[in-house]
Amino acid sequence: MANTIAENYLHQSTNKYKGILSWLLTTDHKKIGLLYFVSILFFFLVGAIIGLLMRLELIAPGRTIMGPQTYNTLFTLHGVIMIFLFIVPGLPAIFGNFFLPIQIGARDVAFPRLNLLSWYVYMVGAILALVSLFLPGGPIDTGWTFYIPYSIRTNTNVSLAIFAAFVLGFSSILTGINFITTVHRLRAPGMTFFKMPLFVWATYATAWIQIIATPVIGITILLVIIERAFGVGIFDPALGGDPILYQHLFWIYSHPAVYIMILPAMGVVSEIIPTFSRRTIFGYKAIAMSSLAIAFIGYLVWAHHMFTSGMSDTARWVFSLLTFIVALPSGVKIFNWVATMYKGSIDPQPPFLWVMSFIFLFSIGGLTGLVLGSLATDIHVHDTYFVVAHFHYVMFGGTGTIFFGALHYWFPKMFGKMYNIKLSKIAVALFFIGFNMLYFPKFILGYMGMPRRYYDYLPQFEPLQKVSTVGSWILVGTIFFIVGYFIHALIKGKKATSNPWGGVTLEWHIPSPPIQENFEVIPTITHKPYDFSQLKEMKNE
Amino acid sequence: MSQAPTAHVESVDFVMLYIVGISVILLLGITATMIYFVFKYNRKKGHQPVDIEHNTALEITWIVIPTILVLSMFYFGYTSFRELRDIPKNSFKVNVTARMWEFSFKYENGKQTDTLYVPVKTPILLEMQSQDVNHAFYIPAFRIKEDVIANKNTYLSFTPNEIGDYDVACAEYCGLNHSAMYTKVKVLSKDKFEDWYKQK
Repeated sequence: MANTIAENYLHQSTNKYKGILSWLLTTDHKKIGLLYFVSILFFFLVGAIIGLLMRLELIAPGRTIMGPQTYNTLFTLHGVIMIFLFIVPGLPAIFGNFFLPIQIGARDVAFPRLNLLSWYVYMVGAILALVSLFLPGGPIDTGWTFYIPYSIRTNTNVSLAIFAAFVLGFSSILTGINFITTVHRLRAPGMTFFKMPLFVWATYATAWIQIIATPVIGITILLVIIERAFGVGIFDPALGGDPILYQHLFWIYSHPAVYIMILPAMGVVSEIIPTFSRRTIFGYKAIAMSSLAIAFIGYLVWAHHMFTSGMSDTARWVFSLLTFIVALPSGVKIFNWVATMYKGSIDPQPPFLWVMSFIFLFSIGGLTGLVLGSLATDIHVHDTYFVVAHFHYVMFGGTGTIFFGALHYWFPKMFGKMYNIKLSKIAVALFFIGFNMLYFPKFILGYMGMPRRYYDYLPQFEPLQKVSTVGSWILVGTIFFIVGYFIHALIKGKKATSNPWGGVTLEWHIPSPPIQENFEVIPTITHKPYDFSQLKEMKNE
Repeated sequence: MSQAPTAHVESVDFVMLYIVGISVILLLGITATMIYFVFKYNRKKGHQPVDIEHNTALEITWIVIPTILVLSMFYFGYTSFRELRDIPKNSFKVNVTARMWEFSFKYENGKQTDTLYVPVKTPILLEMQSQDVNHAFYIPAFRIKEDVIANKNTYLSFTPNEIGDYDVACAEYCGLNHSAMYTKVKVLSKDKFEDWYKQK
């Protein structure tokens, strides 16, 4: 199947415009995916640089490059940007948008214009967040959790910043609705639910969480704004409210949100391992069902963020028990992935190396979660660097690593260009070293009793703080190195073939880059998703 | 030989070792297996891949064993936590007040301090309340912490076994000088404490 430049989506338009307007008014799910890609990548880099500045401040005790107010603002912004602008929308909005329709054999998502609207809503939310930094009062300094009463008492721009999160929530909900409808209504003939690739399953489970959990944070945010603006006593004890109620409402969204962040990454892993092992996934149904199990049980564990909050002892043990239960489906997935390598034909190309790195880092993140789920140990390490290390291993070592894994896997398909394999193998190694240097010392610091969100620290913490800061230089340097060789590949990269890795899901059946509307003829699905006996037929396509 | 500053420290450290020990074994097992497979089944060796869709016995094993493991972790964590909450009736009570950005302590005889003084080998009960935003009273050396909030008492208990000074940190973010909200708990011998307690 030959494709000429004129025939790929990058040069086609869904409207009457050419150039920038053909992008800004596009309804092509792939172009919308790229709009998200550019904006999300931008915010990710901003968040990473803020993290770098925080680490620089912490290289020595006392003041290094900034005062405490600036530091408190920066860790808030780092959290808000990384959570609401990078990792929650990240994989679904970029790769979900681009590949979910293709993987089920659809020409687009169910509501293409709503899809474009979601991006605009995302941008409005992002701009509101930026505007809040420059208005009188100054940038928000509450931490990304906005705990009351502090967020009621501080004079910084809390209301506008959390309103930005409120708006971003709508983008998330609209994307979720779109994906669920797409999966239910637009599957190609023969594409039954159990023939769907696991990335589709994961994104589908995620979409349900987005729709059901996000309204809770929306309501909570509105209540905080009302409390700040009109002095209505809802959460602030000085007004007769209950601060623990706020924490419950906040985590009823924000814990399921953790699964919004990680499930799509698990989906990508379930794509990459079969492709590079050239055999079917082990336990397809177990992986698909464990996504749904995680999505469901994930709703019932929120209060494990609150073991020291002053809530009742009964609630503490109930949530501790449920938390241990939710660890199980994630464990099952890891065992399935490793078992998928058994008796495969493994070609450790860069995407596969990212996945190996993921399995190691995410396992550490998951296993240290057990320390936090257990009451006695959580009481000690709650709100210390141990927690900071844990969620960076899960979110950044997990989802962040797979953000890069997915990019290395699908980049040739998205842009029709190949990047430098050798450089990218070096990047995986550097990322891995920098990551562990940056975050592993924080487990030890946490157990030693270093609380989080601290501008300054006691002298006994200094050596490990220094190691961590040096790690941040390696990690952020590597991230820019990666961005660099991808930009180089876009300009000067070799042309990518339609199936450089030997994948068999539908995106590898169509040209790189795909045409607008993806398929000339909608395919009829006869094979299971990871049936590599198709490879021979595909060579003749 | 110096013993742990409280008995609870030993039980928390045991739970930690138990969970981390099992975790390290699992992590190394997973990683070693993965790396072994990558070498053993490398495409360069020209293996014919084998499609194995599932294996019920194996899958049941790797659900049942982890379930037992996590339930045991839950149990140890819970029983160790219970120690903190079974508060002896004869506990020595101190009221703790937190405000931005300091703690203050009020004893039953009316004495007030900004460093916590307690007698050794005596069960201590802290009744805590905040005057403004959320704080958390954290003694890392004793492995205990509890949030301090307004309009509601929260409490912590411990029985110090060793004389000495221990850091107290605020562990719930509370604004500008959160990281400077440190004080100390000074554990004195019973005699010294009595003397101190009687002074005006």
